[in-house]
Amino acid sequence: MRYAMVIDTKKCVGCSDCVVACQNENRVPIGYCRDWVIENAKGTFPNVSIELRSERCNHCENSPCVRCCPTGASHYEEGGVVKVTRHECIGCGACVQSCPYDARYSHPDGFVDKCTFCHHRLQEGKLPSCVSVCPTECMYFGDLDDKESKVYQLLQNRDWKVLAPEVGTKPHVYYLI
Amino acid sequence: MNKSRREFIKLSAIGAGGLVLANPLLNAMIGQVNAAEPMDASKIKRFPTYCEVCFWKCAGWVYTDEKGEIWKIEGNEDDPHSNGRFCPRGTGGIGMYNDPDRLKTPLMRVEENGKQTFKEVSWDKAFRFIAEKMNKIKEESGPESLALFKHGSGGAHFGKLFKAFGSKNITAPSYAQCRGPREVGFNTTFGSNINSPEPVDLENTKCLVLIGNHIGENMHNSHVQEMSKAIDRGATIITVDPRLSTAASKSKYWLPIKPATDIALLLAWMNVIVSEELYDKNYIGQYAYGLEDLQAHVADKTPEWAEKITTISADVIRQTAREMAFHAPATLIHPGRHVTWYGDDTQRLRAMAMLNALLGSWGRKGGFYFPEKAKVPTYPHPGYPPVNWTWKDHLDGTYALADSSIANVFVDMSHPENESDYKIKGWFVVGTNLISTIPNTQRTLEAIQNLDLLVVVDTMPMEITGYADIILPECTYLERYDDMRVSPNRFPNVAVRVPAVKPKYLSKPSDWIVRKLAKKLKLSKHFNYESYSEVIDWQLKQMGSSLAEMKEKGVLKMERKTPMFIEEGDYHEFGTSTGMIELYSLDLEMEGFDPIPNYTPHPEPPQGFYRLNYGRAPMHTFGRTANNPNLNELMSENCLWVNPFVAADNNLENGQEVWLKNQDGVVSDFPIKVRITERIGKDNVYMVHGFGRANKKLKRSFGRGISDTQLVTNVMVDPIMGGTGMRGNFVSFVTDKPESEVIS
Ligand code: SF4
Ligand code: SF4
Ligand code: SF4
Repeated sequence: MRYAMVIDTKKCVGCSDCVVACQNENRVPIGYCRDWVIENAKGTFPNVSIELRSERCNHCENSPCVRCCPTGASHYEEGGVVKVTRHECIGCGACVQSCPYDARYSHPDGFVDKCTFCHHRLQEGKLPSCVSVCPTECMYFGDLDDKESKVYQLLQNRDWKVLAPEVGTKPHVYYLI
Repeated sequence: MNKSRREFIKLSAIGAGGLVLANPLLNAMIGQVNAAEPMDASKIKRFPTYCEVCFWKCAGWVYTDEKGEIWKIEGNEDDPHSNGRFCPRGTGGIGMYNDPDRLKTPLMRVEENGKQTFKEVSWDKAFRFIAEKMNKIKEESGPESLALFKHGSGGAHFGKLFKAFGSKNITAPSYAQCRGPREVGFNTTFGSNINSPEPVDLENTKCLVLIGNHIGENMHNSHVQEMSKAIDRGATIITVDPRLSTAASKSKYWLPIKPATDIALLLAWMNVIVSEELYDKNYIGQYAYGLEDLQAHVADKTPEWAEKITTISADVIRQTAREMAFHAPATLIHPGRHVTWYGDDTQRLRAMAMLNALLGSWGRKGGFYFPEKAKVPTYPHPGYPPVNWTWKDHLDGTYALADSSIANVFVDMSHPENESDYKIKGWFVVGTNLISTIPNTQRTLEAIQNLDLLVVVDTMPMEITGYADIILPECTYLERYDDMRVSPNRFPNVAVRVPAVKPKYLSKPSDWIVRKLAKKLKLSKHFNYESYSEVIDWQLKQMGSSLAEMKEKGVLKMERKTPMFIEEGDYHEFGTSTGMIELYSLDLEMEGFDPIPNYTPHPEPPQGFYRLNYGRAPMHTFGRTANNPNLNELMSENCLWVNPFVAADNNLENGQEVWLKNQDGVVSDFPIKVRITERIGKDNVYMVHGFGRANKKLKRSFGRGISDTQLVTNVMVDPIMGGTGMRGNFVSFVTDKPESEVIS
């Protein structure tokens, strides 16, 4: 099993609902976030285009954060979910520095926090909170090892990219373009 | 205004005071639990509600945690407004409950040491004061001299109190300041209003045409969802907007039109469709009145003619017209919502309605569906007393086609210059910040100075609360029962709102406030219940359900009784005077207006000035949410979109703070940060509406960004229905802090 998130930039309207829903679901304190939204504009008026995309931890296959964690708090779960075990985390912040996507933050309660792909919801058979709230349904979640899955199909049939492929992290959040 | 009786009281004078700048760490302490550990699932409860963060009223569930505090809010999957997904504002509605700046107790204006201030008073004292003033106004000039400005579900309770008291002078700024022109434009064409939510069949449309309508930035939830599905299906989207809106960025055609020329484009589109005989011949033949008149009218409105006016090339005009016709009748010219732009808005909306008519999309799949609404019985109460006059008498036949009251006319009726016999002496303002909803703030303030009573009911301090004689703190929608939501939709349905938590502080639900005040006014017989839950339960039982059942379901869906679309072989009778679709409007002709829309040029910005355009951001509902801790964090101020050439001409840098000065010399209270972007052209600037809050009590939003309303001093009134056109204001940049006095 290999969990992946596929996000359609053609549909995202940049509303940030994914951010608020995540904050509520995961009790992320106000002022912090596990996901965020980016707007990139190209061209000159009136030949302009924009790309909107919701970003978060990429649950990389080759994660610098897991590699550099001195206590083993940062680790892989089943399906490739990268997680932090809070009581093992000493809050040193090495992982925060090593993440090329700036996906981690130091929680005021003294540990490092980031997107978990809503692991607690996956265990209940639910979709991640951001995926299930998104009004445009531009986010898809599933198992890339399953050829029948929507995520697999989308990556077969559409153009896509990952963020910063050059750093070799092998991200598992994909953007349809 | 110097030394007035009703000074704006800086609310910081009471309570905590001091300006706290947005600070994530400080904010982190507000309400939100920093619980790191998973919750005990058995302690989680859910309560049905419908959202009040905007007028879309999505139904959903409020979840409370082990401590009984609100954890999260999610959509109800059975609800056609949300389909199980709330928008960011609805998801962040929890911030309305947690906002520490909420109004907490009744406050009364008093004079202390020669200075006006607000003093905390008991509910009882507040009611006695209000009842006394109301009775005095009633004795002196009749109950009709009290007016109610309302918005949202709280306002509905006050509407009943007003009718029981003897006044039908009840209004909401959502008509004349927002969607009124489209109601009249479509009604004069199809004999039907649009209403809310708009009965547009986005779900099946093959071609969606947006005229300045920025779906996706306005989060009209189900419509955003359906537009996204249309994108998935590969539907054509044509967006007309001087700015690359989010919707424009997703469109096959973006027409960056010169502002204020839309009617010319619409006429040229009709020219192509009529002259190339691309219209729906059967439909038009069967249902339309006035095709020949229209043909003659648009004969010379060629794409070449329109190109000179709109700057959109004749080729693109032809191409888009043909594409619309190709997909017809599944082509939808979306009526939009906030359409009070240039004062000839009813005519623009009529042109849009007529284009829909030519394409055969009214009552057709992929165009407009016929909505159905649930019938909910009225809870028994004695009849209301007759009234001697209403706002209509004051208007004496003007704006005869307006089918709803006009908020700015209420301001006129309250103004010292009002010489008619119909004078308003007291206001209740419930859930609407009139200072930023009605343009020409100065005039509103003059009217306020002339009042004998101003009662403001709200959850939050707003600009309007600063002028109140008495402020009543309403609890949020998460803490109260309200009337059921009964909106027209694809199928009839109702949704309930049940409190998930107790009202915070001393705040109270509107139905409670109204009941208690009614008692003081000896009107209790009209409010014959102890809790509003009794009313809802009674209504639901008449409908074969109950409140207990609805606590489990949230939404009750019912069967349709009539077809959703005009069926093949059926004859449809339209609600116009001819019973047909009026391409030539007899109502408009009779009232002395153009029966077919004409393009009239509008003033252009003078040298060194730019047209001020404004719109929405998906995470905010006007000024209502600016201070919401969850939503403020996503966008804490508006910025000014400026084209790079304009920035260079005016030596502006990205992020630089500027003040704006309009054509009448009005300078913004606060500065705004410049955002240099290619998404906007050279003749206009753009900002999101709802910022620049001037009430210091709003700690997170005070003075952040600027208020567009403040700069809208040129109001172009629509002669047909009294709408206030607000997009003919021009601004220039002021780079040094102006000396003018800032309110707070
Ligand atoms: S909720 Fe969906 S549409 Fe909104 S910003 Fe997030 S991904 Fe984009
Ligand atoms: S998957 Fe869950 S934790 Fe990750 S961004 Fe989405 S809501 Fe937040
Ligand atoms: S559209 Fe958003 S803010 Fe409006 S009612 Fe629905 S969830 Fe609430």
